[in-house]
Amino acid sequence: MDLNPTDEQHQLIDAYAALYAKESTGERVRAAEPGGFDPALWGRLVETGVLEMAVGESSGGWGASLLDLGLVAEQHGRHLGSAPLVEAQAAARLLARAGGDGARALLARALSGEELVTLALHAPRGGTLRLVPGGAVADRVVFLDGDRLLQTAARGSVTPAANLGALPVADVALGGGPGGGAEELCSGPEAAAAFESALDDWLALMAGALSGLAGRALEIGVEYVKERHAFGVPIGSFQALAHGLADAATAVDGSLLLSREAAWAAAEEPGRARELAAAAFGFAAEAARQASYRSLHYHGGYGFMMEYDIQLYYRRAKAWPAQFGEPDLAYARAAAARLSRGEG
Amino acid sequence: MDFRLGERSDAFRREVRAFLDEALTKEVRDQIHATGVHHNWEFHRALVERGWLAPGWPVEDGGQGRDPMEMIALSEELQKAGAPTYGVGTTLMVANVVRHLGTEEQKRRFVAPALRGEIIIVLGFTEPESGSDVAAAQTRAVRDGDEWVVNGQKMFTTNAQEADYAFMLTRTNPDVAKHKGLTTFLVPLRQEGVEIRPVFTLSGERTNLTFYNDVRVDDSLRIGEVDGGWDVMTLILTFERSGAHGGWSIALLEAMERWATTDAGDGVPADDPGVLARLGRAAAENEVSTLLARRSAWVQQSGRLPGVEGSMAKLFASEALTRQAGDFIDLLGPDGIVSQGDPTAPAGGAADYAFRFALGTTTYGGTSEVQRNVIAQRGLGLPRPR
Repeated sequence: MDLNPTDEQHQLIDAYAALYAKESTGERVRAAEPGGFDPALWGRLVETGVLEMAVGESSGGWGASLLDLGLVAEQHGRHLGSAPLVEAQAAARLLARAGGDGARALLARALSGEELVTLALHAPRGGTLRLVPGGAVADRVVFLDGDRLLQTAARGSVTPAANLGALPVADVALGGGPGGGAEELCSGPEAAAAFESALDDWLALMAGALSGLAGRALEIGVEYVKERHAFGVPIGSFQALAHGLADAATAVDGSLLLSREAAWAAAEEPGRARELAAAAFGFAAEAARQASYRSLHYHGGYGFMMEYDIQLYYRRAKAWPAQFGEPDLAYARAAAARLSRGEG
Repeated sequence: MDFRLGERSDAFRREVRAFLDEALTKEVRDQIHATGVHHNWEFHRALVERGWLAPGWPVEDGGQGRDPMEMIALSEELQKAGAPTYGVGTTLMVANVVRHLGTEEQKRRFVAPALRGEIIIVLGFTEPESGSDVAAAQTRAVRDGDEWVVNGQKMFTTNAQEADYAFMLTRTNPDVAKHKGLTTFLVPLRQEGVEIRPVFTLSGERTNLTFYNDVRVDDSLRIGEVDGGWDVMTLILTFERSGAHGGWSIALLEAMERWATTDAGDGVPADDPGVLARLGRAAAENEVSTLLARRSAWVQQSGRLPGVEGSMAKLFASEALTRQAGDFIDLLGPDGIVSQGDPTAPAGGAADYAFRFALGTTTYGGTSEVQRNVIAQRGLGLPRPR
């Protein structure tokens, strides 16, 4: 076991920590609200190769591991990146996995930066893809309908929705007819399996992002309770607060370890990848909620003010994972994966 | 980054599993259940035969030189299997202290026989009036020539009825700050003046209340300096928080997963997404417990003492077990309260047993509140309460 990042991973972490520190400051995050998209940040991310990183060399990428992507996602979460990074990477990996001419051509356009391609986490209902992550700013959406993997243009038919996390989510209306005017990329059990793997990727990477978010939210709370005095002492000396933060710190460490293990397992222990990705997501969603809630609450009235950064974390901690669904949905997915492996 | 424990650890784990399949017989399990005593001499001697009482110690000290990754595998497997290791655990914890702080004569007298499985040593820290505030111990030891005279009471002296010695924290100087007047001794239990009274606990485990009335202890049985007992305690409390903590939860979940995948007439419970969600939440927590404990082992391997990491591992796993046990009784419905041993108990009565057992784990080795203090002050750098 070695929990230290390798030298290359250290470089990767440092590089993206520096990029986000410059391109995703509190001011920039606020300026991107309520639409939730910072084109300059996204431009820098694409320039540094966040999409090429996500797919293998045979698909025109660099073939970084999911763990490497997870380390970048942690920085994305720490700095509340206003860009659909995780869904764009999951979509790129899905297109690479799907193969076929249509998928290859779309992947090439995504990698060149010509089109922003995102992933719908849920099947269409009543001719609409509801609240597609990144849907408000994407050019194309990849989605599964039954056992058909499809892609559709997102421009012109999208309705962004104001939301808790200032996320660039939008409803994407499909046209009439079978498939809703969308292009079929592939179909059958392989298409459904490829989509399920894309969900695993999204869940594992979102777990990394939420772990990063939770870690920073905790730091903000810890810094505040050391500075703020009440009754003549720093409020961090009160056990009622200290114990709440100790529990949050334990959950944050657990979340970080589990999300890294889940991303690591994608390549190194594929038999557990689905279980771990879903478990990591559920746990990270709750850790992020716990850390951001406690940190905000321990700010007292200030936490309720828009001026303090902690509210930015508190809102996203709930909104980011809600795009998939409640933690229990992920926990059920983890249990189903365990039981179908015959464990237990 | 690599989450594998490594080839050596995996190979050792396989050996341990094969050993447990053989040594942890139904008779041993039944005896634990019937008596509440988590020590079994036959099992203890089987561990001795393998050299597995202290396999993590260097070979020259009587160990096998196994690394922390092998040791965490051993600890995980013993715990998951419910092996009776309380006696082994306390004996080795104390032997380890003697190995680090004892005289050469003490090492010959206690460490070697402990490793040969000839003696059992139990812990005598907690008293009726002091638990988490361990330095508040009031049991007195007064010097009388080459001997000390001990008077007082100890609580939760588990396995005292099986043991040869209690490793006891005593007050030798009542006139200085409480941490500065403590001394530790190995007090022979089979002598006049020692009274052992059984105490039964929520999960059926037997522990003891022990009384010491003018018990004479030779100065050669003193471990560490006179009034230097706090240094000894700091070391032993770190040992107590290392190792696996999630094994009981893993065993509980396995029992619940067997229940959930079996059709007892009303269909297969696992077909219900609500059932799956509860199993999955426990699985996620158990993975976190495992990772936090393995991180502590990794920190040790890197040559540091896992203080905050150990507290996090112990806190998280014991609180998770407590939560899960209650949740699984709810999940099982009215049947959930049927106890282990009753033929109609679902999941072998695992939920009822865990619901009782869990409340011990949130207390021994430092309560959850003590662990939170450690995390807040040493981990997060928060100021101490005034």
